[in-house]
Amino acid sequence: MFWTSYFLAVLAIVLAWPVPILLSRAQWPARSPFTAMVLWQAIALAGGLSMIGAMLVYGLEPIGDNLLAGLRGLAGMVLFNAPTTALGFWHLFALSAAALLTAHLVFTLLLTYYRIERQRRRHRELLALLASPSNDGPGTVVINHDSPVAYCLPGGARSVTVLSDGLMAALEPAELRAVLIHENAHLSQRHHLLLWAFAAWRQALPWLPTTRLAQEAVNSLIEMLADDVALKTESKATLIKAIAIVASGPSGSEGNRAVLDGALPLVTEGIVTDGIADGGISGASGGAGSARTTASRVSRLLSPKEPLPASLRAVVLAGCLLLLAVPTALLIVPGLLG
Amino acid sequence: MATLGELERAVMDLLWAGQEAATANTLRDLLALSTQAQGGTAGHEGKDLAVTTVLTVLSRLEKKGLVERERGMRPHRYQAVSSRADHTAELMHEVLGSAPDREAVLARFIGSVTESEAETLRKLLGHS
Repeated sequence: MFWTSYFLAVLAIVLAWPVPILLSRAQWPARSPFTAMVLWQAIALAGGLSMIGAMLVYGLEPIGDNLLAGLRGLAGMVLFNAPTTALGFWHLFALSAAALLTAHLVFTLLLTYYRIERQRRRHRELLALLASPSNDGPGTVVINHDSPVAYCLPGGARSVTVLSDGLMAALEPAELRAVLIHENAHLSQRHHLLLWAFAAWRQALPWLPTTRLAQEAVNSLIEMLADDVALKTESKATLIKAIAIVASGPSGSEGNRAVLDGALPLVTEGIVTDGIADGGISGASGGAGSARTTASRVSRLLSPKEPLPASLRAVVLAGCLLLLAVPTALLIVPGLLG
Repeated sequence: MATLGELERAVMDLLWAGQEAATANTLRDLLALSTQAQGGTAGHEGKDLAVTTVLTVLSRLEKKGLVERERGMRPHRYQAVSSRADHTAELMHEVLGSAPDREAVLARFIGSVTESEAETLRKLLGHS
């Protein structure tokens, strides 16, 4: 019981600090974004579980040999006025902290959901009045704006993909298709649920390195996953052009197209890829998270690397499973055996 | 019968196009005119649209903060709170701005790109 709490505390610290930093610096997530995504979820879940578990186990140590016995003992004190003398100050402190942290996490998750939903509803209301339906399929609307903008607003059956006039004017049909496939991939793969969970996780514990790194990594991994879906039907050059034109903004989309048309044959044939990928990453390292995302997306498209071998991916996924199974087992199994 | 959503849209279009505040009666007549101009499908035209329906639509729009009523005058006269362009700008600000939850609210094809980053991109792709 005592050692369990120490082990869980160490696990919580390792998952809160060194592991996310190492993972955020690793190069392989760009090669197998799905596997990396699963790993980030396992780290966040196992981290939260071991944080709360460590405090709970420590606090209950004097009144039970295992978690279940301890919780029964605690229920006796809270509900039936059993004597509480067994618990010292630090035990009570740990138990209160565990309860507060749990409540804080759940509350933040719900609050974030409510806030996101309210903003989406308002956004949808305005879209219903301002945007006109597009020819590019149901759930796609066009808004009157000069900047090249494309985004999707998730909402179950009312999900909508929004394109701007500026985007329609700047992109060729194939590029537009790539954008639409990319956005629809976000919707069909339910990326908004991941974004919600990790936004709440960061909101709840903003000072923890893992929450910021995890959110940034997830934001960039979902873009890579959506890019991969687009690449199934559209060519790499098309997708890169679409990204570059949208990223370069309203100023001079026409000029950029001329430059791109000249440069891309070379780029996609691998003639000028050296230095571009490196430059893309170093050039953007000072920017915000999403800026890095765009650079890493482009460099990933320009100099693609093989996905991780299946055996390595299996090892990572097994590691994810262990990450979740070990704290859960430590918390529950002793109670079942005893 | 047009849905409330379609009517809201039609009413806002009228209020945005017109310069002055309008009463529900005026709006009803204008809506009837515009459906007739479009060939007036069955159940859609003329007197079928009750003033009470228009008032319902207006009060929904008022609740959404899109329409305001001139007080102290009967019948009430309604006008748009801000122009169509302002509302579009509001939407785009939400999309392009850096509100804390923005990344979770909607997924953009390209996230915010800093000026130096856009410059790098241009250079990278223009470099040959």
